[in-house]
Amino acid sequence: MRSRYGFKYWLGMSVRQILVVFATLLSLFPVYFMAVSAFKTKSEYIANKWGLPVSFYVKNFETALAGEKFFLRFANSAILTVGGVVASLVIACLAAYAFARMEFFGKRTLFNVILSLMVVPPVVMIIPLFVSMVRWHLVNTYPGTILIYTGLLLPFSIYLMTNFFRAIPREIIEAARIDGCSNLGIFWRIMMPLSAPAVVTLIVVNALWVWNELLIALVFMQKDELKTLMVGISALRSRNYVDIPATMAGLLVATIPIVVVYIFGQRFFIRGLTGGAVK
Amino acid sequence: MFRKIEPYFFLAPALIVLLVVFAYPVVRLAILSFQRPSAGKMLFVGTANYRAILTDSVFLQAAKNNVALLICVPIMVVIALLLAIFLFERIRGWQFYRTTLFLPYLLPIAVVGLIFSYIFQLSGVLNEFLTSIGLGKLALDWLGSTHLALPTLMFVIVWKEVGFGIVLFLARLMSVEEDLFDAAKIDGANWWQLQWNVTVPQLAAVIEFFTIVSVITMLSWVFGYVYVMTGGGPGNSTMVTELFIYLTAFRYNQMNIASAVAVLLLLITGVLIFLELRLRENSTIVEAVE
Repeated sequence: MRSRYGFKYWLGMSVRQILVVFATLLSLFPVYFMAVSAFKTKSEYIANKWGLPVSFYVKNFETALAGEKFFLRFANSAILTVGGVVASLVIACLAAYAFARMEFFGKRTLFNVILSLMVVPPVVMIIPLFVSMVRWHLVNTYPGTILIYTGLLLPFSIYLMTNFFRAIPREIIEAARIDGCSNLGIFWRIMMPLSAPAVVTLIVVNALWVWNELLIALVFMQKDELKTLMVGISALRSRNYVDIPATMAGLLVATIPIVVVYIFGQRFFIRGLTGGAVK
Repeated sequence: MFRKIEPYFFLAPALIVLLVVFAYPVVRLAILSFQRPSAGKMLFVGTANYRAILTDSVFLQAAKNNVALLICVPIMVVIALLLAIFLFERIRGWQFYRTTLFLPYLLPIAVVGLIFSYIFQLSGVLNEFLTSIGLGKLALDWLGSTHLALPTLMFVIVWKEVGFGIVLFLARLMSVEEDLFDAAKIDGANWWQLQWNVTVPQLAAVIEFFTIVSVITMLSWVFGYVYVMTGGGPGNSTMVTELFIYLTAFRYNQMNIASAVAVLLLLITGVLIFLELRLRENSTIVEAVE
């Protein structure tokens, strides 16, 4: 028995620790590289690529925020994110209530069809959507793009909320019904307040998705003053002259909201992104 | 009577949006793929668009690259499984490691792609580091060479996507009955036997789920990486189907050719989606509507 906790055990644990630490450093390095480069002057960046910054040159942030219409892009991303998240949340909760607590014809099939939409690649829909949106004068508008995001977020949102609603005991609903509560009343006064954790999870995950999304934004928000942050960022590499430290400062500002929300709401991210796939 | 139709009031907004964003576009897409513009009108041309793409060398290269990307899937499964098991064994600081290993999955692809393109530049961090430790010979043009660009891209994709697998597997491991592991240990199973005979079978459903999701990712969700890091180059060596669709439709204005490619992509993912749906129905990993 002793040998289990002797040299072999110690060696095994060390190997594990080393591998995990290596993987962690690998995960963090690009973030570290972005953060330190953002505070270097151009010449310092060339001389010292991965070390800590000495000059602590904060002017990079000024350059980044002034150039590239940074605030405008930031605001565009924020508008689309809030619009898409709110619309999909309201619509998905209503549908999820029907799936979880009502009986109707074709319920199971319909639910499965919606589930399958979760992994349909958006690139498949962009061409016909673009053709239609041009006809409806919705290209280069917030409502048009928000509509597309809402649609793309719905399948996952309905799925997540349905699972959550189903976990709410039927007795509570029956009691409310006996007290004369309508379905809408049950939905609004009982289901929604009880679902606060699921709603937060959904908001966090969906907001992350829209904030990071590139393809739809690229196709449907083409006008310069409507471009999102990610589209602006993706255009930086193809330019001939690049001020790398200033670019990194811009990237840092674009990433900070995500990292901050992640640090404070980690469990919501993990719960939401594993999507109830694990019970 | 009202109770019978009431559910549809709750469903209506969702159904309308899904019809506009998914159903109608798919029908339109199919029609577009059989048409071509001619003197301001759309003419039906049968399968001409499909025949055209099947002989298009750029499209064939793109399809080949998507298939090549599938190599990432087993790599991701193995790495995620190993790291999840290590964390599950409660090595010191496992919660901190879980937090950091999951972080890449949350970062925007545009940001990640740009940072990595500076890391992998010819005069970038990686090459300077290699030179400084005396491995200057290994300092290659990671994104600028036709042989290396795709493998480099794969590295970045694995780097970003593997965190999802780790967290998924770890969450499932934590819900496995501890007795199962204890029983195997008492029976004298060594570490590898324990993982192979207990952990992997217990995780089978989640592993399958992650595998299918990853396959779908490699075939149809890698646009961002390619667009930001290589733009499909050098010389189409990193062209993928999604980028081909995007460029054909919106840069070269050949909507109909692009539609034919999109239809093929939809058919392939459709098969995978069907597989995934079966999995969800048949297994206990996901609760479906009764």
